[in-house]
Amino acid sequence: MTTPVERDQSTERPTVGAPFEAARRTPPAGPADRTAAATSHVLLTFGAVLVVVPFLWVFVSSFKTTKEILASPFSLPADPSLANYATAWTDAGIGRYFLNTIVVVGCALFFVMMLGALTAYVLARFRFPGNKVIYNLMLAGLTFPVFLAIVPLFFVLRNAGLLNTLPGLIVTYVAFAFPFTVFFLYSFFRGLPHEVAEAAQVDGAGEWRTFFQIMLPMARPGMASVAIFNFLGLWNQFLLPVALNTDTDNYVLTQGMAQFASQAGYAVDFGALYAGVVMTVLPVLVVYVFFQRRLQGSVAQGTFR
Amino acid sequence: MSGTSHLAAHSDATPSATAVPPGNTPGQGRRRRRRISFDKASFFAVALLLPLAVYVVFVISPFVQAVYFSMTDWSGFTADMAFVGLDNFARLLGDEKFLRAMLNSALLAVVVPTVTIAIAIAVATMVTVGGSTTGGVRGVRGAGFYRVISFFPYCVPAIVIGLVWAQVYDPSRGLLNGVLTGIGLDGMADFPWLGDTRTAMAASMFVIVWSFIGFYTVLFVAAIKGVPGEIYEAARLDGASRFRTAVSITVPLIRDNVRTAWIYLGIAAIDSFVYMQAMNPGGGPGYSTFVISQDLYQTAFSKGQFGYATAMGVVLALVTLLFAAVVFLVDRVTGGGDDVRGHA
Repeated sequence: MTTPVERDQSTERPTVGAPFEAARRTPPAGPADRTAAATSHVLLTFGAVLVVVPFLWVFVSSFKTTKEILASPFSLPADPSLANYATAWTDAGIGRYFLNTIVVVGCALFFVMMLGALTAYVLARFRFPGNKVIYNLMLAGLTFPVFLAIVPLFFVLRNAGLLNTLPGLIVTYVAFAFPFTVFFLYSFFRGLPHEVAEAAQVDGAGEWRTFFQIMLPMARPGMASVAIFNFLGLWNQFLLPVALNTDTDNYVLTQGMAQFASQAGYAVDFGALYAGVVMTVLPVLVVYVFFQRRLQGSVAQGTFR
Repeated sequence: MSGTSHLAAHSDATPSATAVPPGNTPGQGRRRRRRISFDKASFFAVALLLPLAVYVVFVISPFVQAVYFSMTDWSGFTADMAFVGLDNFARLLGDEKFLRAMLNSALLAVVVPTVTIAIAIAVATMVTVGGSTTGGVRGVRGAGFYRVISFFPYCVPAIVIGLVWAQVYDPSRGLLNGVLTGIGLDGMADFPWLGDTRTAMAASMFVIVWSFIGFYTVLFVAAIKGVPGEIYEAARLDGASRFRTAVSITVPLIRDNVRTAWIYLGIAAIDSFVYMQAMNPGGGPGYSTFVISQDLYQTAFSKGQFGYATAMGVVLALVTLLFAAVVFLVDRVTGGGDDVRGHA
């Protein structure tokens, strides 16, 4: 880091002394620039390699036999097969966990987006006693670590007969994703013009109709951002299912993957582990590729409000 | 959908209540008044009361109960629980395993945010203002490509990240030792990165930092883009080096974002549950990677000591709040809130 920087100081002045407008039109890179650019590229490429290579390695390894995996980390699969995927999907239960995850995340996402949007809208648009209290309750839910709640939560679910059930997990997901959703959408609804809703109500639209036909469509960009965050957060959720959903049949993907980690070293079917990783990462990769622009944009505006 | 466009179009034409044709008002007013009670009542019930009830039962009440349970000797499955006051907390002070976990969590809370923020600011600088010093202020070429790649780990489940890196670190089959022996470091053959007390914590921290960098890079990139380009051009005209620019211009100007990042990262690092659980479920060699959250989880769900485990949860929450308070304090003492932006 330091070498190119020091070199900069000595050689930069001539470039900077040049007339600014002219420099803007023709950018001939000086030697300092080239050193800096080269260093940056080396560092950034190194970082990119560090990110990509482990995943690539797992991807390639997922087509190898266990014998090949144990023999060498670099060998390519002699006879690439999907056998590991079949094993992971059926024997290791990844198929079942995949389905559970889709059901749980799908339902939780729908409910938390609906309820979160409704509550955020009410808090942002209506003045009533207790408004501020509710807002602060949301803040509390965001501040305290889930670990503080996890033991009592276990018994809340058990007493309600919801422990180790998918509906129980869905309700918990909704409840814990709720404050973030409300928080994010609250600022969004505040930013929307009130005149349109008022006009709709003057025209005779009730609260329901105003919300679903006027406000919700206007909040679509905010909804999309929160939905992506919630999808990733819930898809990747680990602590809640591990503590509250211990029936193997109801496992979600992250639990299925954790099973590999808790098995004794030699009993692990590494091929199936690698295939499981690929199958878990693939859906998020697809989401990422399609939404990465919006996602990065949302991180930028949403999180630091 | 046609309803939407009708209403929207109508409201465009009649932006205020007074503009509604008077002929329509009486009929509509009556219709609305009759519907108000049910419409409004059902709307507020579903929009406010239902979600709040769920939220209070499943989030707020467990938090409140936790404070009480932490002062009992409750084992969970029996009805009787004795109130023991602060005994659990006194016991924690003498619990060597827990103190070790506290120490490890504290170490994580200091190292992980520091390293992550330093690297993320460096990367953000390179991709936004680190480019050619002639012409407009811009990042290096291909900046978007690097950003897309580096952000990806944010989307991958932490448990999978931990598993993948546990494989990379594997003494015999792992990629890391494969590469190291490949370039001639034969001494590294079979070195157990996660199984040696000297390296287990550092190797685990590396993975956590690795998974966070992309997200915080994107945050800092957004913050830097909010700084007017003229400031950087002025610094450049004054002959400031890139390093100097980053330290004296970028960091003070995105100070609020750095503080927020400290808090988020600290909270995540104090937790660290998933990563540690994936790489060393048992707590690592000599408990060198054992953290509070793992202790809590084991105490509750393996040993069934729910009262004691909840006390750990309370300590974890206090540590988290203390951490946030320290970050705010340090920020205030070192001159945060002085409006650097005033010059902008």
